Amino acid sequence: MKLAGLIIVMICGGLLLTATQDFPAWGDPSSPASTHLSPHFITEALHETGAPNLVTAVLADYRGYDTMFETVVVFGAGLACILLLRTYTQRTRGREYRHIPTGIVIHIQDPNKAPKGQREFQLIDNMWVPHDLIIKTVCRILIPFIQIFGLYVVCHGDFSPGGGFQGGVIFGASLILLALSFDLRTFLEQMSEKALGLLCALGVVIYSGIGCMCILLGGNFLDYSQLAAVLPVDPGHVRALGMLGVEIGVGFSVMSVMAILYVNIASAGRHNQGL
Amino acid sequence: MPDIVTEIIHKYNYWLYIILMMIGLYAMIAKNNLIKKLIGMNIFQTAIILFFISIGYKEDATIPIIVGGHGPEMSHQAIEAAQYMNPLPHVLMLTAIVVSVATLGVALALVIMVYQRYQTLEEDEIRMRVTQ
Amino acid sequence: MIAANYPALLVLSPLLAAFVNAALIWVDRRLCYPVTILGLAASALCAWKLLLQVLEEGAVSYWFGGWPPPMGIELYIDKLNILVLLVICVVSLVNIVASKRNIHAELGIKDATFYVIYLLFVTGILGVTATADLFNLYVLIEIASLASYGLLAMGNRDRAPWASLNYVFLGVIGASFYLLGVGYLYIMTGSLNMFDVHSLLPSIMGSSAIVVAFVFCLIGVWIKMALFPLHGWLPNAYAYAPVSASRIIAPLMTKVMIYVMIRLMLSVFGYQYVFEDLQLQSFVLILASVAILAGALLALAQQDLTKMLVYIIVCEVGYMVGGAWLGNANGMTGAILHIVNDALMTFALFLVLGNIAYVHKKTSFQDLRGIFGSMPWTMAGFVLAGVSIIGVPPTCGFFSKWYLIVGGIEAGAWIFVAALILSSLASAVLVFRVVEIAFFPAEDEEHGGHGHQEAVLNEAPLPMLGSLGLVGAGLIAVGVWSGFVVQKIIVPFVHQGMS
Repeated sequence: MKLAGLIIVMICGGLLLTATQDFPAWGDPSSPASTHLSPHFITEALHETGAPNLVTAVLADYRGYDTMFETVVVFGAGLACILLLRTYTQRTRGREYRHIPTGIVIHIQDPNKAPKGQREFQLIDNMWVPHDLIIKTVCRILIPFIQIFGLYVVCHGDFSPGGGFQGGVIFGASLILLALSFDLRTFLEQMSEKALGLLCALGVVIYSGIGCMCILLGGNFLDYSQLAAVLPVDPGHVRALGMLGVEIGVGFSVMSVMAILYVNIASAGRHNQGL
Repeated sequence: MPDIVTEIIHKYNYWLYIILMMIGLYAMIAKNNLIKKLIGMNIFQTAIILFFISIGYKEDATIPIIVGGHGPEMSHQAIEAAQYMNPLPHVLMLTAIVVSVATLGVALALVIMVYQRYQTLEEDEIRMRVTQ
Repeated sequence: MIAANYPALLVLSPLLAAFVNAALIWVDRRLCYPVTILGLAASALCAWKLLLQVLEEGAVSYWFGGWPPPMGIELYIDKLNILVLLVICVVSLVNIVASKRNIHAELGIKDATFYVIYLLFVTGILGVTATADLFNLYVLIEIASLASYGLLAMGNRDRAPWASLNYVFLGVIGASFYLLGVGYLYIMTGSLNMFDVHSLLPSIMGSSAIVVAFVFCLIGVWIKMALFPLHGWLPNAYAYAPVSASRIIAPLMTKVMIYVMIRLMLSVFGYQYVFEDLQLQSFVLILASVAILAGALLALAQQDLTKMLVYIIVCEVGYMVGGAWLGNANGMTGAILHIVNDALMTFALFLVLGNIAYVHKKTSFQDLRGIFGSMPWTMAGFVLAGVSIIGVPPTCGFFSKWYLIVGGIEAGAWIFVAALILSSLASAVLVFRVVEIAFFPAEDEEHGGHGHQEAVLNEAPLPMLGSLGLVGAGLIAVGVWSGFVVQKIIVPFVHQGMS
């Protein structure tokens, strides 16, 4: 296997390397890639779409159809993960909790239920890890800021580096941080599986809904200029607003799928204790 | 001989990406541990991303965000194509990154399923248990 | 307003249904099934309307976001892909009607999630077939693959995840090679639109980068379609998958990849470049012949109906690759017609398999003894599909094989012709062996066991049989009307593409 691998790798690498000698020099401003399509994007995109961030303009407008499927890839990965890993049959052993002030141990049959006033109870479990006060406090302070930054990155994607994916990932990371610093159950109390699933569907529905609205208003799919009929803004900014709309949709989907992936992979689909 | 050296120096980015990619491909083919294979897969995909990004590079050009492109003092000066890098490869690679993350997520889920069944991540051990 | 948007709606209606289903999982799972049917039916309707439109007015081009092609992404529906699109729509719709019970039996509470992934898979392959953008093609291949990784892993708990994981590794290599090829094309031409690239290529034809781009795109697509030496992932992935998933992925995934190969050859690189400038033709023809023979031999060696069918797919891939590389109009016509025919034949065989798996749970040859008595209609469907695989008129399999053989003789590719004829013999042996096993009830050789039982009628439920009947009728109908399909749809495209 190792020898075969080496031979395949050598052949592929050799083929690819011989082809590079016909490439234009690196960074050559007159190479075909820099002279065929990109001048149009660079010089016209600001007038045509109203977004100074050309990457966002190309991403969400000229190639908006690609980006929709990019979101669909994420969405599909989240659902495939649920399909593969989620197990709905819980072990019926139940769980044991110790009431910290009194030291009494109680046994709860339904593993999905936790006693009320959770702070006074401590789960007795071999996978249980004691909580660290410093980590919990720092994360509790940090998470709102991370989330606000995530929202900023989503909303400012037209003007500066950023956009739905990046913002969604940052927001999703804040949720994962919550799950890491506390535990999976605390996280799922804040954000249930159902909420995550609905948000992930909502995001892609927003994206394709804006596209379909353009069809209903008489244009092609994702032709944001048609939105001028319903949005009371100056026509030069309609496309930028349409892009903002789809970026928000992307943000929702990416955020919830990041959390879904983490929750399912960390607990192998059982949604119990996790890491 | 000096030809090849100048060739490598001028196009070192392509050489680097190909070496990186072949490392990833070799890991995917030859490694025994499933997680190492997944890491190889990621190196492989990342190398392609680097290749595309290096297509977008242009000498003496800055990132493709128009300076002073928004706000009340939005400048109306003509934008020259030579000023900014090619945005298209960046867009394509944003998509490719997302695709590789999604694939990794599904692959990890599958690895967990395999582990649950065979209690090992070594490929030869799994093969042995499969044929039993 | 709607009529102008058929190309977009064709791809989008299953996608929208998937989104709605994803929300419905958490609200009311029972609504998922009707929504799935609705989405697929809408898509099939669009495909039908587009077929009429393409026949009347010629190719349809659709610009997303209203941007003209090299800037934006274009959908391009012409006489080549409308056939494939129509087949995808019909097969996926009939399959979902037929497999409701299979899905419920195999997945239980997860059936709603299964529908979502199923719809994503259909969206992916529809998008691959409709798009005219090289990068968009990659994204959609990845959607279809991602969905199929998920669907295929849900079968046999022991083997399916492991088989699917191997598919992930090879699938990623395949898709990445394709992407690399696109990157090489992009760096040389600066464009991603297929027709734009085609118009830019003549000036740089001699460059070795274009050769490498073509080779890498080709290898990538070959891995995805499981051409013989690169087929390693396919047998286990399909054989251990849930039947409801394998019977949509098996007929469609490989065929769509063959469509992609033909599209790359004719519409992107062009006939002259592929067949005259490159010296690859004889090599690929030998490869295809080896694939046919290897697939047939491996199929003969199997002791299980599922595995046998899986190797028949490997064999059929060789037919189409060989036909497309014969380099003449008859071979190309045969390959394109065989995409349609083989999708229907494989689908019919897998429907039979699904019926048997639903009733008997097992599909090894020992368990099939005397099954003719208990499942006469299902086995009648098997005989019809098998006869079509062998290539007996008036079933559709005959006509595409006829074009392939005529094309092979014209091109003087005798190895390919010999492989075709030998594999037809092999498939005759395969089909009659199964029929023989199924016809004669189990003997009491294993003494003391159950005595000779009267065959009790134990057929699959009506929706499954109805679908099988429909597809069986389709096999004959496509055969009878293949003259029309060839003259009106395939030949005009082939002549335009090969001029």
